[in-house]
Amino acid sequence: MSINRRDFLKLSAAGIAIGAFPSIAFAKSELLKKKGQRVVIVGGGFGGATAAKYIRMWSENKIEVVLVERNKQFVSCPMSNTVLSGKRTIKDLTRNYDGLKKHGIKQIQGEVTGIDPEKQAVMLANGHLSYDRLIVAPGVDFMFEQIEGLNAKVADESIHHAWKAGAQTVALRKQLESMPDGGVFALSIPKAPYRCPPGPYERACQVAHYLKNNKPKSKVLILDANPDITSKKGLFTAAWNELYPNMVEYRPNAAVLKVDVESKTAKTEFEDIKADVLNVIPPMKAGAVASMAGVVGADGRWCAVDFLTYESKVHKNIHIIGDAISAALPKSGHMATSQAKVCAAAIIELMQGQTPDQNPTIVNTCYSMVSDIESVHVANVFRFNVEKQAMISAEGGGVSAKRSELEGAMANYWLENILNDVLT
Amino acid sequence: MIKKYLFVITCAVGLAFSAVQAQAEVDKHARNLAASCAACHGTGGHSAGGTPVLAGMDKALFIGSMKDFKAGARPATVMHQHAKGYTDDEFSLLADFFAAQKR
Repeated sequence: MSINRRDFLKLSAAGIAIGAFPSIAFAKSELLKKKGQRVVIVGGGFGGATAAKYIRMWSENKIEVVLVERNKQFVSCPMSNTVLSGKRTIKDLTRNYDGLKKHGIKQIQGEVTGIDPEKQAVMLANGHLSYDRLIVAPGVDFMFEQIEGLNAKVADESIHHAWKAGAQTVALRKQLESMPDGGVFALSIPKAPYRCPPGPYERACQVAHYLKNNKPKSKVLILDANPDITSKKGLFTAAWNELYPNMVEYRPNAAVLKVDVESKTAKTEFEDIKADVLNVIPPMKAGAVASMAGVVGADGRWCAVDFLTYESKVHKNIHIIGDAISAALPKSGHMATSQAKVCAAAIIELMQGQTPDQNPTIVNTCYSMVSDIESVHVANVFRFNVEKQAMISAEGGGVSAKRSELEGAMANYWLENILNDVLT
Repeated sequence: MIKKYLFVITCAVGLAFSAVQAQAEVDKHARNLAASCAACHGTGGHSAGGTPVLAGMDKALFIGSMKDFKAGARPATVMHQHAKGYTDDEFSLLADFFAAQKR
């Protein structure tokens, strides 16, 4: 980081103001020497990795991009429910980040400890990264405190959510494998909005598929905090009735308020449910990095953004994409990539003193596997609406006419293509 | 008189310049529009498999296909829904973008 006199004064003033961070030490702790315009991206999921690639590609490699991600590898949440049925392994859904190297993205594997919107810097354990613009793509974190008896440790050890693909997905599959025939797999769904609206219902299908072939006397009990199935309702109920008759039981308005780890019991307002496998998906909010950046809205959960640029409504030069934003858009992997591209294009325009695209039009296509080979989808085009300053669903969107093997194949094509688009 | 000519020339240059600008603007908008297709059809329409390669597709073929999807004249699982979300002008923008991508 080269410091001119004015910047030095600015840094000094900030240093005195907070009285903690001597500005010279701050300057020295710059992890990567900053020469030109730099975008730092925190979070290398579908949104963050896409933004990194597209900023490089569309700026013809003129803008420096530093991607900070805590995990060594990328694990796809989409399709991770098929690990539960045994159709895929977690390895099948795991990719490395090497494919991004050819774009000249600087990658740092590490944990962000703080963000300073005034100094425009991202803090890590061993130093900081200055930015001209920051993209926060933190995905979701869980609000364990809303369910008595549940916390991050319990989720890791026994009552898994498996809502971030990885170790918990594998652990939940093991619980399913050790479940007795005639047992109950209880699946608790939080109130919308949460990551991947159809995901829990797809999970019920994948678990039922395994049980049907291995433990046919067993049951999948869905405890939904919502008043009704939130996505692809007709398609899921048809799959449950026709593919897994008398196996899947659905209960609306059944928010889990408390869990007991020892007895594997979930308490709702109305009843206590003892299960053999208890899979509680807690309510969600924007990932912790969003709080560090101070861009979480008054609801304490999601981040409000300008849909032309995905810039925060709170802090200038900080953009938020993906599941963490507050929007009438589904929290999906494809949606995160679509937002990432709008954001990438806008950041390039802004850095070059141009006006961003005033008519962003983006797409979401989301497949859910209802068996090992059949899938259903929901597809929508979303357009920017000037009066509402929001992304609104365009005409013609909708769900599959019926489940099919053809869509099962297309779901696989979707996965291969989107992973290539994001990571190579 | 000279002033008048100058004015005309200035206007003409101005118009030409804004036309060039508009052209560049349109291209970026087309590029941005097309970027959403990548989830299924690959970056720049270079499909990694299963779905049609859109990169280098003949413009008329692209537009014809999208119009058929939109009208329900061509059977589809997903594309009829996406096609209905776009205008004919956008089909044209997308067609130009994909036709210009090297296959």
